[in-house]
Amino acid sequence: MLAALAALLLSLPDVALAQVAARDTAGAYGYFPGIGSRAAVWIVAQLHLMFAAFVLGVPIFAMVAEAIGMAGGDKRYDRLAKEFTRLLLVAYSATAIWGALLVFTLSSLYPRFWGYLTQVFSVSMWIYAALFFVESFTLYLYYYGWDIWKEGAAKLWHLGLGVLLNVVGTAVMFIADGWLTYMMTPPASVRPETAPGTVGVWTAIANATWMPINIHRTIANVVFGGSIVAAYAAYRFMAARNEEERQHYDWMGYVGNFIAISALIVLPFAGYWLGREIYAYNEQLGITMMGGFMSWLWIVQAILIGVLFLAANYYLWVGMARIPGAERFRPYTKWMLIILVGGVIVWATPHTMIATREELVAMGGSHHPFLGVFGVMSAKNTAVNLMILTTFLSFLVYRRANSRPVVSWAKTATWVQGAIFATAAAIVVFYGVYGYFVPAIVRIGFSVYQVLAVLATIVSVTVLDIFLVRGAESRGAIRWGEMPERSQYALFILAVTFTWLMGLMGFARSGIRQHWHVFEVMRDTSPWAATPALGYAAQIISVCVLIFLGLVGFVFWLTSLVEKPVPAALGVAPVARVEPRFAPGSTGE
Amino acid sequence: MPRARALDRLVNAARHPFGKATLILVLCYLVFKYGVAYVPPLFGVRSAPVPASVLLQFMLTALAGVLIWLSEDEDRWRSFKEPIRAVLVEPDKGRIRMALLVLLPLLVGVLAYQQVKPRVVAPVGLRSIHPAPPGQITFRGRTMRIPGLENPLRAGAEGGRLRQAYERGKRVYVQNCVPCHGDLLDGFGHYAHGFNPPPLEFTSSGTIAQLTESFVFWRIAKGGLGLPPEGTPWNSAMPAWEDFLTEDEIWAVIIFLYEQTGWSPRTSEETGAAAE
Repeated sequence: MLAALAALLLSLPDVALAQVAARDTAGAYGYFPGIGSRAAVWIVAQLHLMFAAFVLGVPIFAMVAEAIGMAGGDKRYDRLAKEFTRLLLVAYSATAIWGALLVFTLSSLYPRFWGYLTQVFSVSMWIYAALFFVESFTLYLYYYGWDIWKEGAAKLWHLGLGVLLNVVGTAVMFIADGWLTYMMTPPASVRPETAPGTVGVWTAIANATWMPINIHRTIANVVFGGSIVAAYAAYRFMAARNEEERQHYDWMGYVGNFIAISALIVLPFAGYWLGREIYAYNEQLGITMMGGFMSWLWIVQAILIGVLFLAANYYLWVGMARIPGAERFRPYTKWMLIILVGGVIVWATPHTMIATREELVAMGGSHHPFLGVFGVMSAKNTAVNLMILTTFLSFLVYRRANSRPVVSWAKTATWVQGAIFATAAAIVVFYGVYGYFVPAIVRIGFSVYQVLAVLATIVSVTVLDIFLVRGAESRGAIRWGEMPERSQYALFILAVTFTWLMGLMGFARSGIRQHWHVFEVMRDTSPWAATPALGYAAQIISVCVLIFLGLVGFVFWLTSLVEKPVPAALGVAPVARVEPRFAPGSTGE
Repeated sequence: MPRARALDRLVNAARHPFGKATLILVLCYLVFKYGVAYVPPLFGVRSAPVPASVLLQFMLTALAGVLIWLSEDEDRWRSFKEPIRAVLVEPDKGRIRMALLVLLPLLVGVLAYQQVKPRVVAPVGLRSIHPAPPGQITFRGRTMRIPGLENPLRAGAEGGRLRQAYERGKRVYVQNCVPCHGDLLDGFGHYAHGFNPPPLEFTSSGTIAQLTESFVFWRIAKGGLGLPPEGTPWNSAMPAWEDFLTEDEIWAVIIFLYEQTGWSPRTSEETGAAAE
């Protein structure tokens, strides 16, 4: 009789769930005063992640800069690379401190969940720690050996250290990515009743979203590293004590922005792949993310990425004033601006609009009968692809500004480049419009054609351009340092927006698990299991951004303490704080 | 003569960066506010006024674009600032300065009053595009897993059987759904005007064309009462049709909706569910 009653009770899912919840809650969670356990772990994890992105992105930046310096013999790149590697020493400590804090908060505030993760991933955690050691000591060798291994084969060995540093750093990130993606998309074979010790480590790591996250984060780290470098340069540019510093930091800002935006151009494709895998894994996760209560974050994201595109292009266009020969391209910037602004408007048009009841009645629902066409992915993919093409065109124009190609086929090649751009734009628009007339499953495939058209354009036009400007005559040297200070705020905007976006979209990705520690495997039975409101989440993330930027500012200041005073060393007169001397159209060398 | 001079001054003002910027913004406002609402209907395309929240978003984007255009060129930026500077400091602009000192605070005051004055309408709020479906539901005591659930009436259905399901769904729709969702499936049923927000239409590319059949099944079965707490208030008057229709009847009406509108339900990719 009792057995039958027990069987009956267990057959009722809600009752069983309540029993599991009661059992799980006992001793499963700690308490953090004031802000609660979830907010505590959230802030610590977010800051650890931001510093981790910094110490993974900047070495990529430094390695590339060193390699360019070696290949071209331009010492400025070497100085740039070393300057940023110095920042890494302090930043690594900060990353490790936040990482240790994360482990302590997780193990003390979420002990049962932490215990579960360690049972699944213990082997990878040991490898992670070992690789972290290798990474740290490679960094020390890389930095402290800079002036020792600076010539010939020794320099090549030094660059090899930079490569090793990045490989190990990326491996460390890949391992950690395995842990967090397992929480979101555990393998289908893992069920609530599966003992964690029996889950294979590789099975757990190689889950559905592991590789998309790896790729997305690797590219995003390059963007992040570049943007932080650019912001640092902007600050130093505005605080420059002499002309030499002003020129150097103007150039540094350009390089940082160039690397950040080059990587940003391909980042949406990686993000799209990640989103697609999330949908493919579980429709509920996908709809929660894109159509459910997280959907407004995508409007915020569209606006912020629009800001990034506008700021990056603005910086380039303003910078063209210091390039002799760029004036011939100036009349076209307004058309590029119109495409970008139009793209932002389309991308950020919500499908479901915030409207009063009267407005809802006039629209016949919360979807606008006319603007509703901008609310679906066909329009948004088209807009973002056209924005990427436009940004690439800005780069191309900037690059070509002071060159006069000498090859006989220069004019033909320029026409071919134009034709490639036009074809890509036509393909993007065609599939964007055609997407409205086909089933969703076919429409999804169209986005691949759009992406391929844009990527093919970027690759083919770049290759053609490299041969085109080889040996080209210069129309005059770039007047580094002659940048209006307002352009530098674009670089600040880039860094702050990137950092903020990382936090917001990280919340979107993580928050779609809702009340699960491990989606549909281990339930969150703590008092903080409810998914936070978007406003609360935005506040927490904004606080994290402020703390991070404050600490990064401290790191910058700290490392500047060991700098030699440039004016005394070089005997250069301090620069006058006046408006830049150039005027559009001037050749002023 | 004075009229010609005034015209010249007007043309010059319009050519000045400040004038151009003002004109562009006014033009943008007219397009967003009136163009979107009234031009498409001239070509037989349905439209409606743009909600204030979206209008603000559009105008801020346009303003950012105008500021970028103004300041990306040193000469243009300097010219743009000239009249502002002149109004602020030049002695002969005293009257304009005083007028602005009165008008600007007044304008801010009016806007502030518009925002805070008491209203008897419900406040606007964020609404989700689609509510996220639960992992599983209980349909008449039976547990059903929503992700991956397929319409059983389509499984192996040849032309004849699909036609049968369509006819059955059509009957169900006419008997139960037409009063709200309309006989043209456009959301304009006889009772539609009694609801706010109005009943959903199915003909545009933004509704059932974006959804899997399992999602539509969940919405019909559970209605407004079964909507998830996030994204509230939904204000949906949709009944929970599981109390009135059988499972097969719901699947049949779903087939009718897709066949009648010409849309295909979102389907799964080979690796799993579809993505967008």
